[in-house]
Amino acid sequence: MMQRRHFLKNTMATGAIALAASSGLLVPLQVLAWNKKAFDAKDVQSAMKGSLGTELTEASDKIHIKAPDIAENGAVVPVTISSTLSDVKSITILSEKNGTPLIAKFNLKGAQAFVSTRIKMGKTSNVIAICESGGKFYSARKEVKVTIGGCGG
Amino acid sequence: MAKSSIKVRAKAKNGVVTVKALISHKMETGLRKDKKTGKVIPAHFIEAVDCEHNGAPVMNAEWGVAISKNPYLSFKFSGASGDTVKLTWKDNKGKSDSLEAKVK
Repeated sequence: MMQRRHFLKNTMATGAIALAASSGLLVPLQVLAWNKKAFDAKDVQSAMKGSLGTELTEASDKIHIKAPDIAENGAVVPVTISSTLSDVKSITILSEKNGTPLIAKFNLKGAQAFVSTRIKMGKTSNVIAICESGGKFYSARKEVKVTIGGCGG
Repeated sequence: MAKSSIKVRAKAKNGVVTVKALISHKMETGLRKDKKTGKVIPAHFIEAVDCEHNGAPVMNAEWGVAISKNPYLSFKFSGASGDTVKLTWKDNKGKSDSLEAKVK
């Protein structure tokens, strides 16, 4: 009899946790981990919303994207982002037509508004750079033509 | 000692330290198929990179699968020669590595 009671108690407890997780009540835990929602997003809007909390950005000419006009190999596209905006908190890189557009987010804690890395691009599309400065988001984009895609293969 | 998966070069010039780092990692997207078996190769990629300057965090990066194989990363911060820079990465399978280097 006791065992049965324990069993019921346990199933109810785990059931409650599963419910809380699925309904998003355990969000703080998920935020600490890798931002799966944003990185799995299939379009630019939801990727931006997941990563930045907003999809509204202001076009800015103070963000400079250095990337090749034509990338022969989409698997390795060198991209450098720098900005003259003051107090940049984060730099986010997206590729518009990738299966999952969000590529990376760099949270700067005192580092200068400069990052350089190499990204994969599925096909010809815009590279979008978003800088967070003073609670606002500024974006810039540059088209990169890709002759051989870098996703799948 | 096993060879580290990270290579770091940090140079100071006019009070600005430029860090250039290469990490050796295959950065598997989870979309590729094994040509022999036809099975999808599971995703295996670096999720997070933390950078510390003299023990204090200066930058952390969240990465997705669209960062190229054997990732290259470069960034800048204000510092001086002789400071220490520490890079730590962690991938989606829980593996991690870190390396500390001195600014030249």
